[in-house]
Amino acid sequence: MTKILVIAEHLDGKLNGSTARAVSAAAAVKPDAIDVIVLSDAPDAVAAEAAKIDGVSKVLTVARTENAHSLAAVYAPQIVKAAAGYTHVFAPSTTFGKDLAPRVAALLGVSQVSDVMSVEGPHTFKRPIYAGNAIVTVEVDASSIVVATIRTASWPAATSNGSAPIEAISVDATLPSHTRFVELQQGKSDRPDLQGAPKVVSGGRGVGSKENFDIIYKFADKIGAAVGASRAAVDAGYVPNEMQVGQTGKIIAPELYIAIGISGAIQHLTGIKDAGTIVAINKDGEAPIFEIADIGLVGDLFKILPELEASLG
Amino acid sequence: MKILVGYKRVVDYNVRIQVKPDGTGVVTDGVKLSANPFDDIALEEALRLREKGVAEEVVVVGIGPADLTAHLRNGLAMGANRAIHVQTTDAVSPLTAARTFLKLVEKEQPGLVILGKQAIDDDANQTGQMLAALWDRPQATFAGKVEIADGKAKVTREVDAGLEVIEADLPAVITTDLRLNEPRFIKLPDIMKAKSKPIDVIELGSLGVETADHIKTTHYAAPPKRSKGVMVKDAAELVAALKQKGLL
Repeated sequence: MTKILVIAEHLDGKLNGSTARAVSAAAAVKPDAIDVIVLSDAPDAVAAEAAKIDGVSKVLTVARTENAHSLAAVYAPQIVKAAAGYTHVFAPSTTFGKDLAPRVAALLGVSQVSDVMSVEGPHTFKRPIYAGNAIVTVEVDASSIVVATIRTASWPAATSNGSAPIEAISVDATLPSHTRFVELQQGKSDRPDLQGAPKVVSGGRGVGSKENFDIIYKFADKIGAAVGASRAAVDAGYVPNEMQVGQTGKIIAPELYIAIGISGAIQHLTGIKDAGTIVAINKDGEAPIFEIADIGLVGDLFKILPELEASLG
Repeated sequence: MKILVGYKRVVDYNVRIQVKPDGTGVVTDGVKLSANPFDDIALEEALRLREKGVAEEVVVVGIGPADLTAHLRNGLAMGANRAIHVQTTDAVSPLTAARTFLKLVEKEQPGLVILGKQAIDDDANQTGQMLAALWDRPQATFAGKVEIADGKAKVTREVDAGLEVIEADLPAVITTDLRLNEPRFIKLPDIMKAKSKPIDVIELGSLGVETADHIKTTHYAAPPKRSKGVMVKDAAELVAALKQKGLL
């Protein structure tokens, strides 16, 4: 019996889209069951959303006041208890999953498979190393539980037409009080979510200043795209950290990625390699970004962006 | 307080690595090796905490073959008080690394362990979390800001949704994100001074760490190449090309 437990990621009572992507990877294992577990102080709304994901057999909820914020030290012992009887535990490879899953794995006494990009068999997976410059095939002993994080950019979100049963469970785990949530400072944005958006427009050092970044936002809004940035733009203070795309930021795979004023360091390219179509606009025709761009345009972004907007009508 | 810092040696981040044609690994012979960039940030943060009087001693820890000693000297030149070299010729998984650190933690009793959030070779992002789990202590991963006072660490974490602030009782494990600090450069006189700083060499085998690995890497491949792109000459051509692909 292959049974997979997928850890749901959620915030402010809403299920994160990464969960449905982890369910897609779970489905690729062709298991006998895929259960989603929701840890929260008030899991009902999130569980109802998770129950709709196609392929989900059952949604398990653990309602405890200690679960109000996703602290790995608090969640991990509960996941370990709930994982009894499962052959696989999957979490999305977001900051939430990366924080939590290794803690779960260590408590279970196993290593973890990070960033699963393809499933070759129930115990065989492919994952990127060296900033995506090599792809390795890894095999987990068939007798061990598989703990893995799922590279969200490699998997489509499973559709939501289902109606899985929801079951409240209680887990007998002692929870630590040594780690406490203080606050979350969120970047306010009405734009599409960077990790789920079909179109992304990113700016780099070439944009020149925080004020200049407005032309990136304006162009993105015009085509309904999310906005990202290179590390150089984040370090220069043009935009907040959570907009960084790359090996150490977000790894994305939109249908269309437009890199503006980004030279294309290895670490940035890692974050966008799986995009459907990559467009590069840069005044330096020798910039490495042109090596992977499907469509390149050499020129001054301050001249090209207004022209682009004009030709879009 | 004593701070332990993980100091891994990896292929330099500027090197474009090559996969061996037979799929058995990547080419590392003759390739430039450096400190994992996140570990330099970890060491810098530990040194700053010592300079603020929060810590008295900073110990860098490396796990690897005999020639790793030279790499640890760099950590000493940057300012660490001493180094521990856990010697092994085998590649070490994050779980084995975490178990090894746990043994050192039990022996050294640090108030804080600072590791990089990930090593840029295996990109695993696991060791810090695993150590915190095995040690049954708090973890503050992806730290962008660290404040230590009254036996507690207040850490601002770089998460997908923005910046999350948590408070953790010490001892704890912190893993560093890129923007935590700007590591200092090593000066020549410090390289000379580092030569006389102590390095403890311990055989991994003597620590009683379970090293069995239930995950095996069976094949290495180069990533699929993208097909060659086209250049357009102006904005109008770009819009036309994107419209033709149905993307606008």
